[in-house]
Amino acid sequence: MSELLSEPFFELKGSLFPLSVIHSSDLSVAGLQAALQQKLDQAPGFFHQAAMVIQLTPDHQTVDFNALKQLFQQLKLVLVGVAGASTEQKQLAQAAGLAVLRLGQDSKPLAPAPGSSGEARVEQVPMHTKVVEQNIRSGQQIYAKGADLIVRGAVGAGAEVIADGNIHIYGTLRGKAIAGASGDSTKRIFCQNLQAELVSIAGHYWLSDSLQGDFWNKAACIRMQDDSIAIGEL
Amino acid sequence: MAKIIVVTSGKGGVGKTTSSAAIGTGLALSGHKTVIVDFDIGLRNLDLIMGCERRVVYDFVNVINGEANLKQTLIKDKRVENLFILPASQTRDKDALTKEGVEKVLNELAKDFEFIICDSPAGIEAGAMMALYFADEAVVVTNPEVSSVRDSDRILGMLSSKSRRAERNEDAIKEHLLLTRYNPERVAKGEMLSVEDVQEILAIPLIGVIPESQAVLNASNSGQPVTLDQESDAGQAYLDTVSRLLGNHVDFRFLTVEKKGLLKRIFGG
Ligand SMILES: Nc1ncnc2c1ncn2[C@@H]1O[C@H](COP(=O)(O)OP(=O)(O)O)[C@@H](O)[C@H]1O
Ligand SMILES: [Mg+2]
Repeated sequence: MSELLSEPFFELKGSLFPLSVIHSSDLSVAGLQAALQQKLDQAPGFFHQAAMVIQLTPDHQTVDFNALKQLFQQLKLVLVGVAGASTEQKQLAQAAGLAVLRLGQDSKPLAPAPGSSGEARVEQVPMHTKVVEQNIRSGQQIYAKGADLIVRGAVGAGAEVIADGNIHIYGTLRGKAIAGASGDSTKRIFCQNLQAELVSIAGHYWLSDSLQGDFWNKAACIRMQDDSIAIGEL
Repeated sequence: MAKIIVVTSGKGGVGKTTSSAAIGTGLALSGHKTVIVDFDIGLRNLDLIMGCERRVVYDFVNVINGEANLKQTLIKDKRVENLFILPASQTRDKDALTKEGVEKVLNELAKDFEFIICDSPAGIEAGAMMALYFADEAVVVTNPEVSSVRDSDRILGMLSSKSRRAERNEDAIKEHLLLTRYNPERVAKGEMLSVEDVQEILAIPLIGVIPESQAVLNASNSGQPVTLDQESDAGQAYLDTVSRLLGNHVDFRFLTVEKKGLLKRIFGG
């Protein structure tokens, strides 16, 4: 045994955390505020105090990082850093106390879709699959980053499964399931027995109350249809 | 080899200490040398339920700190052969238990005993983690109501991730569901979850169902583990549970509302 529970310790370890990355052609305070507010309205609780990074491009003119930091604070978000900064942007960001980050390969911004300029966009990521073999118990949280998630058991009340991709649950879903967590609204949730506390796709969510109906206690598939959540047969 | 069994639940007041005492006593009655260890440092309930509170001289924390040895500290039950209690300290707090200390004591007990029953404190903090960390098996005590089931689910998550077996990638802790304070009348009225409901949610094998019983209250008031009251429903249900723990097949009893016949009325149910 190497470690006393009661002994204080200090350790510095590299870790990976999910951060939301904002791509937006308009980084003015007003522009970003409008776009973020729209996201927040879709999913009020979901982004609460979420850590965020702004993706910069050479096209961005001088950005007022101090003002943006304040904006994030007002919106109850936490701006932790910037990515893709030029030398000049780097200095400005650092002066505002932001981290300067480098994003990995898979996060290169896609070419903006026509007509989408000015809109805050969350990126699409290639999907892998994460498989969990047991029940997920109350208090446990599983995140399949950039991946689909398959659970070969039940998701207990008070447990949470999150995936950037689709979620498949071969047992009963009693807890929360959050698919398309990085914003992809084509993702779905499949479960053998629907008794969920919450289901969410790309930030849209339904609570247990809205789920009571034809598919409660039954096998179900949850997806987005015309900007709203829809439940159908598995 | 000694088997370490933790009696745990997450939630307080569901019957962990009652069950630790009853199961430990039952194992000893079946001829297995058994020690019940009170991990509820600061509350010290086990000795009351076992009726040996006046015989506590040293405690678990004294042994860990080297202030007393096990021989001085273990209390031998006066009624049942092969049964010993390791009492908790009344004066210390839960931080007095260290992993090294607990491991040392458990290793020493393992040389002498067949079964080590660990009576866990409530909660999911350090004390409860310490009680389950070294376990080979777990009896998850659950009442047939939603919040207790939820807490049991939580503890099951801990058993599969925070135990020594989990950390070392060894075989998982063997989990048993023990439903206590089961009241078939209230289940029939829909006021309580049924055995099937709870089993469906927790998805672990059922080791016993103990009815809600006056016999338990009488037993704890008189400092007698309820297993010694072999006439009582709860006493019998605990003996069945012990038999199943020992690998026997025993049918479940006390699951349905029984009409009280004349004999039942005379001899008690
Ligand atoms: N089967 C039962 N029938 C009636 N009362 C019970 C039963 N099991 C436990 N109790 C009572 O519930 C209370 C809590 O039990 P206890 O074993 O101390 O729980 P814990 O150790 O989980 O806190 C005690 O008053 C006990 O007598
Ligand atoms: Mg207790």
